[in-house]
Amino acid sequence: NPFAGLVSHLRASWLNGKTRPMEYRVAQLEALGRFLDEKKQEILEATASDLGKAPFETELSEILLCKNELHATLNNLSRWMKDEHVDKNLAMQLDSAFIRKDPYGVVLIIAPWNYPIHLFLVPLIGAIAAGNSVIVKPSEVSKKTERLVAEALPGYLDKDCFAVVTGGVQDTTRLLENKFDYIFFTGTSCSPPVGRIIMTAAAKHLTPVTLELGGKNPCYVSDTCDVTNVARRVAWGRFFNAGQTCIAPDYLLCTVEMQEKLLPALQKAIEDFYGPNPRESPDFGRIVSDKQFQRVQRLLGSGRVALGGQTDEAERYIAPTVLADVLPSDPAMQEEVFGPILPIVVIANMDEAIDFINARPRPLAIYAFSSNDKVVNQVLERTSSGGFCGNDTLMHVTLTSLPFGGIGNSGLGMYHGKFSFDTFSHRRGCLKRGMGREPLNAPRYPPYSQQNFRVIQATSRVTRKNDCTLL
Amino acid sequence: MERMQQIVGRARAAFKSGRSRPLEFRIQQLKALERMVQEKEKEILAALKADLNKCGHNAYSHEILGVLGELALTMEKLPAWAAPQPVKKNLLTMRDEAYINYEPLGVVLVIGAWNYPFVLVMQPLIGAIAAGNAVVVKPSEVSENTAQLVAELLPQYLDKDLYPVVTGGVPETTDLLTQRFDHILYTGNTAVGKIVMAAAAKHLTPVTLELGGKSPCYIDKDCDLAVACRRITWGKYMNCGQTCIAPDYILCDPSIQGKVVENIKATLKEFYGEDVKSSPDYERIINKRHFTRVKSLLEGQKIAHGGETDEASCFIAPTILTDVSPESKVMEEEIFGPVLPIVTVKSVDEAIEFINLREKPLALYVFSNNKQLIKRVISETSSGGVTGNDVIMHFFLSTLPFGGVGHSGMGAYHGKHSFETFSHRRACLIKDLKMESTNKMRYPPGSQKKVDW
Repeated sequence: NPFAGLVSHLRASWLNGKTRPMEYRVAQLEALGRFLDEKKQEILEATASDLGKAPFETELSEILLCKNELHATLNNLSRWMKDEHVDKNLAMQLDSAFIRKDPYGVVLIIAPWNYPIHLFLVPLIGAIAAGNSVIVKPSEVSKKTERLVAEALPGYLDKDCFAVVTGGVQDTTRLLENKFDYIFFTGTSCSPPVGRIIMTAAAKHLTPVTLELGGKNPCYVSDTCDVTNVARRVAWGRFFNAGQTCIAPDYLLCTVEMQEKLLPALQKAIEDFYGPNPRESPDFGRIVSDKQFQRVQRLLGSGRVALGGQTDEAERYIAPTVLADVLPSDPAMQEEVFGPILPIVVIANMDEAIDFINARPRPLAIYAFSSNDKVVNQVLERTSSGGFCGNDTLMHVTLTSLPFGGIGNSGLGMYHGKFSFDTFSHRRGCLKRGMGREPLNAPRYPPYSQQNFRVIQATSRVTRKNDCTLL
Repeated sequence: MERMQQIVGRARAAFKSGRSRPLEFRIQQLKALERMVQEKEKEILAALKADLNKCGHNAYSHEILGVLGELALTMEKLPAWAAPQPVKKNLLTMRDEAYINYEPLGVVLVIGAWNYPFVLVMQPLIGAIAAGNAVVVKPSEVSENTAQLVAELLPQYLDKDLYPVVTGGVPETTDLLTQRFDHILYTGNTAVGKIVMAAAAKHLTPVTLELGGKSPCYIDKDCDLAVACRRITWGKYMNCGQTCIAPDYILCDPSIQGKVVENIKATLKEFYGEDVKSSPDYERIINKRHFTRVKSLLEGQKIAHGGETDEASCFIAPTILTDVSPESKVMEEEIFGPVLPIVTVKSVDEAIEFINLREKPLALYVFSNNKQLIKRVISETSSGGVTGNDVIMHFFLSTLPFGGVGHSGMGAYHGKHSFETFSHRRACLIKDLKMESTNKMRYPPGSQKKVDW
């Protein structure tokens, strides 16, 4: 077991209490901030090399959003760490009752390649804030970023408590043989079903997990909407990072009339964003690997190519593409697209759209566009998903006060902001009583009697205040 | 297999119909449960007596009172718990609606245990109904009278399709676990907990596992021994030691070991009289298998008090073992019986080290007049929950989350924590289609100017 030594070293440091004091956690978090500042250029270059990411996108998604999480955490850490005192019943009025936030121990964070800094760093912030030791396993697919993280990050953090492990599937499998106290995995639930493999490995040690997976995020566009704005917001969300975003609008549902209106609007949006030849735009990314390129390219044989469709294998370039009249049986509707292709599936009306969504596994995000509030609310209420955004795409994950996570096949657990801290904390129920006032306990002891019982009932029962409420 | 598929399929179809979602419906079902507990109190107490020889008072205060309390609390608070929760917005989202929507998960599976067979299916069921789910209830077959009763009663009071009861043993449970659920709450032991989680992994089903372990009880030299021992005696021997949060073993200085034994002995006499076996307030071991298991833990041990057993009635007397070796069998597994080993340690440091060398327990107890010492023990250890200067009691405060950590479990419930466990917290951001100008900054083409802003 090649990683046993590392894991036990980290566990020993944690057991010694090194990661507990707030000052320590703050120091490590501030060091993460310095990593983002001092290595900004390297991050821009690595993500540009791995994904053709535009500096603007990297600054926004890999640096700014991470710094927001960092600052939100640093601003609130002392409050989050405090014991949370809870309401007490009559019998416990003189006791101290609170929820203590304990770290779990050694946390494993496995990150994917599409936002290779953000998707290890934001969980790492939460894990450190909660007082854990952490092993970070960045993705081997985003090679340059992996090298950057492995070489640079350890220099910023306490080597006794934090480590970076690199490698491929085999190394990850060996790593998972060890006992961790929490596993945080971001990846895909599709093929291979890595999420299931991780949870099964975790079950052997009864390790709690958070799985941030994916799915096909539907985007419903009603007939009553401002087509120009819809097209811009959808295009932005779809083509950001060349479509390699777990919460990207995966496919569009609309009527045939709306499809006709959307196509020119989408064309204009794409042109406004990336110019007449997106291949030459510094703002449009590339597919991360040959394997992914080939996979996404195969999806082009769905419906008809209404916009885009050009590819260049050498550059791993796929143009911002819109496919019209896509059928549910087409390749683009069989798997998460995870590329710059937007299939449009035509439906007759909102009810049909909702049925279509509900017939499929619950996605990470659902989007609904309409100038009619009621339509947006109907879609929200009659469907289920990790998160929901009305009249825009992606934006719900930029608010650190909203939990970010999936449901069903799209994932288990959540994070961001305080939810990260809570995810990596064990919330321990604590009751501290006094040694005196023993006569108050007397009614609970045997030999039992009806009289004693009535006392217990009186002091510990919870009665219903308003008996005539909703009924 | 097919039978399970049908039962779960019906529950899922019933959930999909949407009828378990309106608050009125959920409260109506909870009210029906309340009626059931009140109207069938006699039958419930009789079942508990048959299964565990639990006397009326004990059964009522441990199993029924708590359930009624949970029902009352849930019905009162549900509208507040279920309301969408607005969240803090930033400058960019100032004009938008941002909130967390509490939604049901779908079909929940509740697997109960045999030691508190009624409350351990009812409490999770209450939370799952409150959160708007369909619930498949699988009571433990080991406490067969209660299982039978639950299977008879629930369909009489609740929606039959939404809340089916499945009875049976290991083969039936294994079958059930191949079905897809949206959350599984399992109460039981660590070994089966792993099996449940592995089965859940196949469907990516989130789980709450309420397991067990050896809950340590540290008695400091500086404490009122009479009071401490009375409280410990109560918690240890209730339900004949078959309580997941019973103080499993004692850690104390060798100099007070004798006094601890004396005090517990005196308390036992007070509680159960001279002849424990004839006390109506002392329970029995659930079955022969567990009787044999617990009895075997006594082999080779110094019995300071008790030790009498009677296989025919599954009786094991309240027993205290002294100078127990950490390597002995009684210190390897959760005792889950009326046997209390005392392991001596020379200091609180040694006690903390002893505890930390072992798997994280479900509960941890520390008795001391020294508040700093209690603080220290809590801060330097990890456990599901803690009660200081008493035992068991943190379970009874529903504002505290009840659950384990590490081998003692994952997730928590009780009160509002149940509602949250069985809900999906869906992040919602609702924007306007107008105000597009504020979005301009984020669109390409990007430029350094935009980045700097």
